[in-house]
Amino acid sequence: MQEQVRAKAKALLESGVCDRILAWKTGEFFYDVTPAVFTSVEEIDRDLVYNAFCGANLSKYLIAESRKGGKVGAFLKPCDTYSFQQLLKEHRIRRENTYIVGVACEGMADIETIRAAGIKGVTGGDFTGETLTFETLYGAKTMARAEALAERCKFCKSKKLVIFDELLGEQGEEQDVGRFDEVKRLEAMSDEERFAFWQQELSKCIRCNACRNVCPACSCEKCVFDNPNSGVENKAAASSFEEQLFHIIRAFHVAGRCTDCGECSRVCPQHIPLHLLNRKFIKDINEIYGPYQAGADADTRPPLLTYETGDPEPRRGDAG
Amino acid sequence: MQRIGVFVCWCGSNIAATVDVEAVSQALSHEAGVVFSTNYQYMCSQAGQEMIQAAIHEHRLTGVVICSCSPRMHENTFRKTCERAGINPYMVEIANIREQCSWIHKDKAVGTEKAIILGRAAIAKVLLNAPLTAGTSPVTKRALVIGGGIAGIQTALDIADAGFEVDIVEKEPTIGGKMTQIDKTFPTLDCAACILTPKMVDAAQNEKIKIYAYSQVEAVKGFVGNFTVTIRRKARYVDEEKCTGCGLCTEKCPQKKVPNAFNLGLDTRRAIYIPFAQAVPKIATIDADYCTMLKTGKCGVCSKVCTAGAIDYHQQDTLIEEHYGAIVVATGYNPIQLDQFDEFAYSHSPDVVTSLELERLMNAAGPTGGTLLRPSDKTHPHTLVFVQCVGSRCDGGEKGKPYCSKICCMYTAKHAMLIREKYPDTEVYVFYIDVRTPGKNFDEFYRRAVEEYGVHYIKGMVGKVTPQNGKLYVQAADLLGGQQLKIEADMVVLAAAIEPDKSARPLATMLTASMDTNDFFTEAHPKLRPVESPTAGIFLSGACQGPKDIPETVAQAGAAASKVIGLLVKDHLVCNPCVAESNELMCNGCSACEKVCPYGAITYIDKEFRGPNRTTLLRRIAQVNPAVCQGCGACTVACPSGAMDLKGFSNGQIMAEVDAICR
Repeated sequence: MQEQVRAKAKALLESGVCDRILAWKTGEFFYDVTPAVFTSVEEIDRDLVYNAFCGANLSKYLIAESRKGGKVGAFLKPCDTYSFQQLLKEHRIRRENTYIVGVACEGMADIETIRAAGIKGVTGGDFTGETLTFETLYGAKTMARAEALAERCKFCKSKKLVIFDELLGEQGEEQDVGRFDEVKRLEAMSDEERFAFWQQELSKCIRCNACRNVCPACSCEKCVFDNPNSGVENKAAASSFEEQLFHIIRAFHVAGRCTDCGECSRVCPQHIPLHLLNRKFIKDINEIYGPYQAGADADTRPPLLTYETGDPEPRRGDAG
Repeated sequence: MQRIGVFVCWCGSNIAATVDVEAVSQALSHEAGVVFSTNYQYMCSQAGQEMIQAAIHEHRLTGVVICSCSPRMHENTFRKTCERAGINPYMVEIANIREQCSWIHKDKAVGTEKAIILGRAAIAKVLLNAPLTAGTSPVTKRALVIGGGIAGIQTALDIADAGFEVDIVEKEPTIGGKMTQIDKTFPTLDCAACILTPKMVDAAQNEKIKIYAYSQVEAVKGFVGNFTVTIRRKARYVDEEKCTGCGLCTEKCPQKKVPNAFNLGLDTRRAIYIPFAQAVPKIATIDADYCTMLKTGKCGVCSKVCTAGAIDYHQQDTLIEEHYGAIVVATGYNPIQLDQFDEFAYSHSPDVVTSLELERLMNAAGPTGGTLLRPSDKTHPHTLVFVQCVGSRCDGGEKGKPYCSKICCMYTAKHAMLIREKYPDTEVYVFYIDVRTPGKNFDEFYRRAVEEYGVHYIKGMVGKVTPQNGKLYVQAADLLGGQQLKIEADMVVLAAAIEPDKSARPLATMLTASMDTNDFFTEAHPKLRPVESPTAGIFLSGACQGPKDIPETVAQAGAAASKVIGLLVKDHLVCNPCVAESNELMCNGCSACEKVCPYGAITYIDKEFRGPNRTTLLRRIAQVNPAVCQGCGACTVACPSGAMDLKGFSNGQIMAEVDAICR
């Protein structure tokens, strides 16, 4: 697939369809693949990768990229296309300035899982196929991609590309693999247990803002947490605010708009399972207002912004 | 820096009895920004207001906090007081220490503590208040009346009489409503049609009144003085301009088996019909559920016989949009369905009828030509039993309504009297919980039924009605006589409870007008503003607001009309300056606010912004039309970035209040 992506990227530039290409390149370490904008064929040949570490969701970068002059071509994985469509719905991206190549995804690997399997001291390898091969200080090693998957990919909601101009690889389907199981486990806890769980998790937060900065739904022109007039910004210094409120407020702000791409948990250096907060909201919305997947289509009115006369009036306990 | 004055009202003993007002004014005098604090017996009195004005001048106050009753009572009073003393009226905040404090607490220490906290919150808010100036909006000098019964007709006639244009939207093919189905009216026993039809004709002929019959309100946008209403004109399959109302089609139509809704299904009519002889407008309508031509494409008899060429099988519903300054709701009532009252055998015997069905059975234009006959065998009934409160005053139960339907006692006395007068060979029993006859000449009327007409009034409820061998066996309790009764009746008449028309609930949603749990429209004040909805520009007429008889309905219709006239006579209305405002620097242009705005006050523009490195960025941003915004605040909560804020109730102000309370 990596070769197909490279070839397509080059063709888009050479044919003049796109002025620049948004894709991935390897960072300092083999596993920290980062989003990158390519403007020449040479750069593409040298740097562009599409492998098991291309977890980064590129849709958010298109907010800024689509406002610059010219046309940007972007490679979006299935979950990225949900975010992209959701941002289109919110009028954040100028669609006419984008060219979307949908790429099939076999799931993204998680470096912690690989390390836990005893693969350390990696110096190189090939991470593009179904089997990941590693050259390490201790010799060559292999691991099946399916075993190295990140948590969010194990519970992948959909391999369907919901919006694209062109498709690379096979179109996929929506999947039901129990992504709410963990939420159900939390719901089954007593109030005290659940409070203790989140107190424990959120107390790890170092307020690096990585979750917010990577989140496609957290793309406000001015974030309330950066706004001295918002009434929440300066509370951070006064109390253990992150622990108690930052993530809760953030979850409320993205409720109904979060596509469950899982980027928040991927980038958290403290490994806080932030996606569970969002999934709880998604589960509640599904149960109260009927199934809804943010970003799945361009037209459905978001339930939290829609009033219908038959809307239920949920009370505490109604949705767990 | 603001200079705040605090004025604590005793409200006589209303507040002072459970709140130590001196302690409150003392405590609040130490709050940041407060330069003057006092208390007084009646702040709203002339002397109290002069005290506020003097303090504003003497202490050069910039903001005022009044600790008193609910802002619904005197906020306006104090705003005007301060305006006269030269400070902006929106620099006044009310701390409600009466309804929300003194009235609900018994312990003075607790009440005092809470009053201080409420005062503190108001001070925190007023510190962030900014002067606001109200704009004005024009008034569309045209009214809409929804519902063309006696309530709607009377309201429309009165509004038109004052010289304003008024449209009536009626969902049935004719105006007239329930009153057209009623035979005689209490307490005078005059013919309902004789007094109603002249009003229907007046409405039709009045050049200020336009009647949209067989139409429904589809959507309502806008606000007081400036409503835009979409009206669905349902397809009659008859050209209203061409139809002369000759009725030939209604005689020739071969489909004869259609239940006649006007006679409550007691007889049948044709698929093309005019509901009754005096219908207004007198235009035929094809019932699409029964018309053979519309269903199978084979027939066309009405089209062949119509000399005016008015039949149009291809007619479609049309939507029209009209502008109004005021809307009157007159959607009326219906008797409840009786399927949950099997004990009275309503669904088992045709001889058990509702009171409204009895009206048709006694009406000259009804299915029996005005002769009272049993529906089952068309014979003359000799014993009739009336059951009162069927579904009314059912407290807490699964079935029925908790309220008294109000009109049943009187119409049952009317029915009993009419039957006894016309058929002296009958025995008439009325079973009641109470007989309620307040109203001019009402009790006299009921007593005549008992004393002159010999109607048997029995206190007690009917337990069971059993149809057997062509008779109805009625088991009932006589509570005063202390015995069980068994009556062999020929007919049983049920005084079914009345409920608001089913169309009222979705309409209330469209109008953002509030309703009570029984789906009756709520009035702005139960005593002092009985014909206005709490939503500005929406008025209430007739039984949509609560059960009413005809005289009350007509009185309320006139009252609603006078309120509408009072509105339409104005050229401009002062707008509420507490409207939403979007901070364009923070706006994402995401449309969340637009989606939740019930008034359509938000639009988007693309605006150029200065970007980094001398670039220009084009950004989509929200703009609020302050004349359309009603300040509900829905947008401020939907906005993810906090760009949308409500003037006078900003997020910052509310947070400051919460902080002050939690301090």
